[in-house]
Amino acid sequence: MTQSLAIKMVIRRLSVFYKSFQALHEVDMPVYEHHVTAIIGPSGCGKSTLLRSLNRMNDLVPGSRIKGEVLLDGEDIYDPGQDVVDVRRRVGMVFQRPNPFPMSIYDNVAFGPKLYGIKKQPVLDGIVEESLRAAALWDDVKDKLKQSGMALSGGQQQRLCIARAIAIQPEVLLMDEPASALDPIATLRIEELIAELKQRFTIVIVTHNMQQAARVSDYTAFLMMNDQRAGELAEFSETAILFTTPKDKRTEDYITGRFG
Amino acid sequence: MPQDLFAQIDLPRVYRRRRFLNDVALSLTGVAVALAVIPLVWIVVYVFLKGMQNINLDFFIHLPQAMGTTGGGVTNAIQGSIVMVLVAVVVAIPIALLVAFYLLFHPQTLLGQILRFSTDLLAGVPSIVIGLFGYAILVVPFKHFSALAGGLVLAMIMLPIVIRSAEEMLKLVPKELREGALALGAPEWKTSLSVVLVAALEGIVTGVMLAIARATGETAPLLFTALGNEHYNVVAYVRQGISQHQSIFQILHKILAEPTDALPLTLWKYAQQPYPERVAQSWTVALVLMFFVLALNIGARSWLARKRRQTRG
Ligand SMILES: Nc1ncnc2c1ncn2[C@@H]1O[C@H](COP(=O)(O)OP(=O)(O)OP(=O)(O)O)[C@@H](O)[C@H]1O
Ligand SMILES: [Mg+2]
Repeated sequence: MTQSLAIKMVIRRLSVFYKSFQALHEVDMPVYEHHVTAIIGPSGCGKSTLLRSLNRMNDLVPGSRIKGEVLLDGEDIYDPGQDVVDVRRRVGMVFQRPNPFPMSIYDNVAFGPKLYGIKKQPVLDGIVEESLRAAALWDDVKDKLKQSGMALSGGQQQRLCIARAIAIQPEVLLMDEPASALDPIATLRIEELIAELKQRFTIVIVTHNMQQAARVSDYTAFLMMNDQRAGELAEFSETAILFTTPKDKRTEDYITGRFG
Repeated sequence: MPQDLFAQIDLPRVYRRRRFLNDVALSLTGVAVALAVIPLVWIVVYVFLKGMQNINLDFFIHLPQAMGTTGGGVTNAIQGSIVMVLVAVVVAIPIALLVAFYLLFHPQTLLGQILRFSTDLLAGVPSIVIGLFGYAILVVPFKHFSALAGGLVLAMIMLPIVIRSAEEMLKLVPKELREGALALGAPEWKTSLSVVLVAALEGIVTGVMLAIARATGETAPLLFTALGNEHYNVVAYVRQGISQHQSIFQILHKILAEPTDALPLTLWKYAQQPYPERVAQSWTVALVLMFFVLALNIGARSWLARKRRQTRG
């Protein structure tokens, strides 16, 4: 790594519970600024849970609790003094299934900025164009901004959702299997997009696809279930290292296909 | 798997039997469709033929004439129905949507269960009982039958229909849609209004149309609340109000606080009068009632189709 490493987020002894079920057990890991961190692991090991606890989306699940800390620029996002809305403005999210809102392409992208009081038409126009360009969607849709976002193809919808997420200029972008509902070509375009977006954002991506993790990420966290079926961090290191010389036996088994 | 799995089986026979069953099922569904459609077509055609006999402009814009004479119209009933259904819609829909959202968010709380239970109960109460209830709390205390009382009992009839259908439709909205808005930092109310509600709008409007159709056709509850009024005429009230420089409140009072007629009430009254002109007119009222509901449906559907092009593509 030639770039200097700044830490954007720190996950410290994070445990997450759904009612009495423990989904994550004492996860410790950093998230480096302007890098892509991939979270991999077998199904049900808590990848989504970990991701969703980085912008407090788990608050929405009744009966969920967390222990530990998630620091964003050194401040715990779960601190009682923290405003959830501010956390979510700074840490954006892209979902597994494309979820454009039932409104026009323009309104989809302008939705976020409007929430934060940006009302002037020229300013909004600028944000919409810039965000769509950044999501590599502008050329596809510039002539049909008034059309419904739901009329786009799956890959375009997902890029629209990325544009929507980056329109409020988050610092961190969370992506939960953003390409798993897409065909290989659309997947490739999303991966290229991620490589571009990391210049401006810090990215954390959950993926089932290990080739994808190897292609797009700089760091990889491998989660694994322990005996109580709670997810634990088995290994965290630079992607190149994790996939070539894993330190942990479980990682080696998993990436060589002997598990999961 | 045995090599000669199909050796003992007479495949052509299996296929013949399957085709036969297919034909039987198809014929049965055909008969069922006919049984369902025939009465509908019959009613529509019959009412149309009977009703068309004395339909004319006067029928829509004139008040009833003295019994036993020909001519005159039912504008009192048409206007009364419109006013009362409007009152019902304005009152019932916001309440119903709030309840539906509450049930969506808190299905298991005590209040949620009470709400759901009472909604079911209300849906099962005979409409004449709702009318009697309206009489006791909306008419007796004010010593006056009124359009407002009529509109409010119609609202009570619409409430459970709209609540139940809206709740079902809201439940169908994928949770990722709601989470997508919340993940942008949108407040819950904004998410509900501009994302979840819009996504469910089509189904909700369909439920509302059903409820309006129900309310428009209700007779029994209006007997106790609106009573009937052969002189009810909103257009005249407004005209008179303007010429006498009355305030909007005074005009509204006149519109809402008078005994009021309605299409089904008129139909019911006319049909049992000994004057053939009135009996004939009751068929025309039935026709107007039918087309009122039909027009509403078509209107809502075309509005939805336009809306869908904007939101869904
Ligand atoms: N809302 C919830 N309520 C209760 N349990 C949940 C909830 N969400 C997840 N879980 C449980 O927590 C565990 C981790 O789930 P999670 O969705 O984080 O796994 P995942 O690694 O993302 O799996 P996948 O690869 O299949 O997406 C699972 O056992 C799951 O059943
Ligand atoms: Mg997941």
